[in-house]
Amino acid sequence: MSVDKTAHDIALHMGDNCLILAQRISEWCGRAPVLEEDIALANIGLDLIGQTTNWYEISGQLSEPKKSPDELAFHRNERDFKNFLLVEYPNTDYAVTLMKQFLFDTWHLIAVRQLILHSNERVVSVAQKSIKEIIYHQNRSTDLVLRLGDGSEESHNKMQAALVKLWRYTGELTERNLWNHVENSVASTLSESYSSTIESVLRRATLDIPERTGMVYGGTEGKHTEQFSFLLAEMQHLPRRYPDAKW
Amino acid sequence: MIEMGQQQEFSEKQIWDWLSHVPDPEIPVISVVELGIIRDVEIDNNKVCVKITPTYSGCPATAVIALDIETALVNHGVEKLEIEQNLSPAWTTDWINEAGRKKLLKYGIAPPTTGVSCAGALAIPSGQPISCPQCSSNNTECVSAFGSTPCKAAYRCGTCLEPFDYFKPI
Repeated sequence: MSVDKTAHDIALHMGDNCLILAQRISEWCGRAPVLEEDIALANIGLDLIGQTTNWYEISGQLSEPKKSPDELAFHRNERDFKNFLLVEYPNTDYAVTLMKQFLFDTWHLIAVRQLILHSNERVVSVAQKSIKEIIYHQNRSTDLVLRLGDGSEESHNKMQAALVKLWRYTGELTERNLWNHVENSVASTLSESYSSTIESVLRRATLDIPERTGMVYGGTEGKHTEQFSFLLAEMQHLPRRYPDAKW
Repeated sequence: MIEMGQQQEFSEKQIWDWLSHVPDPEIPVISVVELGIIRDVEIDNNKVCVKITPTYSGCPATAVIALDIETALVNHGVEKLEIEQNLSPAWTTDWINEAGRKKLLKYGIAPPTTGVSCAGALAIPSGQPISCPQCSSNNTECVSAFGSTPCKAAYRCGTCLEPFDYFKPI
């Protein structure tokens, strides 16, 4: 695989994950349980949209013909998106939203820490820019999983139920073929690092870790869940209906 | 001697001076120079190139800042101008200069702790007290790491009981 093709695929995958999670987070705007969380979610969504733009600048430049970040976000179909199934999972309730964020943030941080070693310097610069923001995201979601998992009976039960709902989508996050630009041994280390970080936090949060069976795959190949089409419809309908619309 | 119709020559120092009067759109008490987002000014054949870097990836002020810089320099007679956005090296709060820190504090925003930036990572200082910008008490607590703008965290003072913004280190 050529270096450019690898950089293109990585940037598209990173950008798609950031965009779809940001779109989900933005659904909370004005509706979170407390003001501080509403603001935190909006800020994290904003960081992720900024990161999306930076990643799409790279993948758009390496596309044939070249594409703008807006074209990539608003004028592609379901099958063209390579994001994880996890990030498109509906918000459902606040526990699912938080657990989803924790499962993604932990992967995200490991991913960008690996990407700062990439051979493409633009990939490196976006990874270095993102990493500082993601550290704050991951600190917050880890803290809340611990506090709510090891909290009241109600919060514990809700976090446990959220984990059970989302667990089947975490298999994709430890897939080795995501890291086809690195050596097999490094890819294994990244997967192990993800699993051990997640499991250590979940144990401290007094949550039961489900069996590693029945994992669902497909997002990174463009095969998405039913809810994804509704998300895309809401996100894309305006620029598609009025392609020349300006702010 | 400047002839009619010929563009005036500018020095880099002059450009920096003009830029030091361009306020940050969200925290107007400090300038874009004090914030450390102007990375370089180059003049080649009377063409001015200003290199800027965003604070946060999604900071909505980034586009406004570029526009404000353009407006200020054009008003000072700069005709050939290029504004270049650079992601690398990534902006860090360590680049906010001493004058900028003092102005933030006076404005009611606790300035960021320094020495946080290291290669490919971030050393968030723990245990280091954040002083209340109103009463200087160290009896403060973080309410949320995410505040009124992407660059700020929400804090509360246990002594004077006032809430305040902390410019969080990145």
